[in-house]
Amino acid sequence: MTVPRFWRRIPSRYNLIGTKCENCGTYYFPPRSVCPPCRRKGVIREYQFEGSGKVVTHTTIYSAPEGFSKMTPYVLAIVELDEGPKLTAQIVCDPSEVKIGMRVTSVFRKLGEDGPDGVIYYGTKFIPA
Amino acid sequence: MSIGITTYGVYIPRYRIRVEEIARVWGDDPNDIKKGLGVFEKSVPDRDEDTATIAVEAARSALQRSGLAGVDIGAIYVGSESHPYAVKPTATIVAEAIRATPELMAADYEFACKAGTAALQTCLGLVAADYIKYGMAIGADTAQGAPADALEYTAAAGGAAYVVGKNHVIAEIEDTYSFTTDTFDFWRRQGEQYPKHGGRFTGEPGYFKHVLAGARGLLHKTHSKPEDFDFAVFHQPNGKFPRRVASTLGFSQQQVKQGLVVEKLGNAYSGSSLIGLASVLDVAEPGSRIFMTSFGSGAGSDSFTFRVTEDIDNVQGQAPTVAELLAAPIYLDYALYAKHKNKIVL
Amino acid sequence: MREVAIVGIGCTKFGEMWDKSFRDLFIEAGLMALEDAGMSGADVEALYGGNMSSGIFIEQEHVGALIADYSGLISNSVPSTRVEAACASGGLALRSGVIAVASEYHDIVISAGIEKMTDVGPEKAMDALAAAADREWEAAVGATFPGLYAMMARAHMNEFGTTREQLAQVAVKNHYHGSMNPKAQFRNRITIDAVISSPLVADPLRLFDCSPITDGAAAVILVPAERAREFTDTPIYVKAAAQASDTISLHDRRSLTSIDATRIAADRAFKTARLQRSNIDVAEVHDCFTIAEIMAIEDLAFFEKGRGGPATLAGETAIGSKIPINTSGGLKACGHPVGATGIKQAVEIVEQLRGDAGKRQVEGAEVGLTHNVGGTGGTVVVHILAR
Repeated sequence: MTVPRFWRRIPSRYNLIGTKCENCGTYYFPPRSVCPPCRRKGVIREYQFEGSGKVVTHTTIYSAPEGFSKMTPYVLAIVELDEGPKLTAQIVCDPSEVKIGMRVTSVFRKLGEDGPDGVIYYGTKFIPA
Repeated sequence: MSIGITTYGVYIPRYRIRVEEIARVWGDDPNDIKKGLGVFEKSVPDRDEDTATIAVEAARSALQRSGLAGVDIGAIYVGSESHPYAVKPTATIVAEAIRATPELMAADYEFACKAGTAALQTCLGLVAADYIKYGMAIGADTAQGAPADALEYTAAAGGAAYVVGKNHVIAEIEDTYSFTTDTFDFWRRQGEQYPKHGGRFTGEPGYFKHVLAGARGLLHKTHSKPEDFDFAVFHQPNGKFPRRVASTLGFSQQQVKQGLVVEKLGNAYSGSSLIGLASVLDVAEPGSRIFMTSFGSGAGSDSFTFRVTEDIDNVQGQAPTVAELLAAPIYLDYALYAKHKNKIVL
Repeated sequence: MREVAIVGIGCTKFGEMWDKSFRDLFIEAGLMALEDAGMSGADVEALYGGNMSSGIFIEQEHVGALIADYSGLISNSVPSTRVEAACASGGLALRSGVIAVASEYHDIVISAGIEKMTDVGPEKAMDALAAAADREWEAAVGATFPGLYAMMARAHMNEFGTTREQLAQVAVKNHYHGSMNPKAQFRNRITIDAVISSPLVADPLRLFDCSPITDGAAAVILVPAERAREFTDTPIYVKAAAQASDTISLHDRRSLTSIDATRIAADRAFKTARLQRSNIDVAEVHDCFTIAEIMAIEDLAFFEKGRGGPATLAGETAIGSKIPINTSGGLKACGHPVGATGIKQAVEIVEQLRGDAGKRQVEGAEVGLTHNVGGTGGTVVVHILAR
């Protein structure tokens, strides 16, 4: 991913800044500027998520593309944040540790880098709570 | 008017490698190493951790402890000898990750193991002069020791963040004194992966000269004696040097005990004395006085005296303690350790 | 709106076709289809080409023009459109062609699908496929395409008790079917054990749970039903061409064990065709991973939700059963040149309905269904074809 694309979403990547539709009360992470049920009636405000949630499904990646191939095996999961939305994220734990329903909390980690001389991408992962 | 530390936070990665395991690979006698260095194991960063992630976790822990928000922080200085970038500050990554941007001062510092305390002095100055209300100083490192070098037994990873302010001070900074010379005891050239050092030259002309001169200088300046303090914290490149320098200065082993974290942590470089200080703050009672001297190769020392206030009761227990962070380690063998530390060129 | 018929089909061999370029593949499939229809290229009025990722695989965009040009159709300045919906690009090309003919905009249309995947290395190919997912919020945090389906598999196994063996049987059955398909990439038969002991890709999915990287192209010729007999004695009619969309990312879906867009597209298709699930004699469904076929046969309502695994293991979806699934060998054994799959599925169903499927023939097949999914279910296209 190019620098400007990653940079644009740094508040969301570092700090779990998403959005909330004040019209229907739905929380969005990743952030959305259009609330699909409300569309133009939606009232979108910024919202920072607490970072707590639970694992709803998971896998362990053994074969990964460029940029992640040296990090395998790593645990990937869909985490349901306490406020409602679900996101895809890595869980920092042994593959044998992760379970559906496991409580997790967010941490700040390196996601990857654009080669040894490129930009380092930081973001949010989760650890068992 | 009181000025000093208002909150602090520490982060130590969970992985460890034991002295026995490193010794096994290089054919050293682990008992000799443990006796000689006074270190049993050291912390190792996870593959997705670096100085920036450690600095962020320490910073977030400090804010969590106190209830301060990132937007309250007027300056962030991060000291390290393992900044992820040679050019592009760690401080701005921390600033973004604690939502302190955009109205703040920021920069990175380097002064080997005392870059964090140098940052502390800077924040002290800015707050004292009322340029900012709160300043954050961080010392964090993922230190590298060359394979088969003695430093490999101690070069560890960890970081601590301190916020300096005039409100809700938990430990007043009574005074500070630095002793600085141009001394090549330990260095790393731009672009080199591992540092080099002068062997025994790092002892007397390096560590001991600057720590003794710095400590004596502050004791003199503040008209104090070692007995006036409840705790003493010294930079901890190994378990021997801080004990020896304490004894030489007249501090007791009891005074240095709480602040000695190197046995199980290793030398976290810019994090070393600041994590030692945090270990003291985790248990110190109101009214205690703390004496600290850091040391950075190159070379110099920063000394401080602190007086713990009543407000410390509000923050103890509000964030992980050093003891908690040192508990429940995950041990690695040398191969995994090398992989974690990117010693294997992939 | 008028009814549409398929009167010509063509499909290249699928596999690692080192000697064949992107252009070669399209030309081969297109010519086969024209010959099958007894038609001249000059008769073609419009072209719809399904292709997911020529940009990444061969660094080429504007493939609508490229295809029209190199196939010779440029002599008539034929309107040529590339359509993309990740792995559903082929299905989308078919539907686009059907709409063009049904709406009376054009009379004779080629709907084709092409993908040339092996000119890049496997890491680049994986990266291209990850573009079917959400690049910002799935791929950028380390999700891979197999990883996403693996998470659906994990959830499905957790919720319904679907087993490792049931997943494996999908691959076993599809290889058995593929062994009878001269065009298939893999013609070897495999066992459940072979699947379960193949290397882990993304737990619980192993190498043999995953469709391969493949080159290939396929094409069909569409005409108004009333003109079909000008070109063939065995016209196959498009009874429905339905499509549905859903969130691009898996984490935003209502369900992790169901692809809602499949259910919705299928409901739309059966409504248009005025047919029931029980009318379907043979179906080509999107088995990009073994779990995908299990979810597909449930979401298409051939089997109850949660019963897809047991039904597959019991042989209820093999040739000879009531609802043979993926007689071509599916994406797993026939291969998955991403943009071509949706059209290949139509070609297989046409062959079945014409009685030309050789050893794979489903006896008396009269109505067939194709099911083509983009990404983890952001787009689904379902067609119903009948004699």
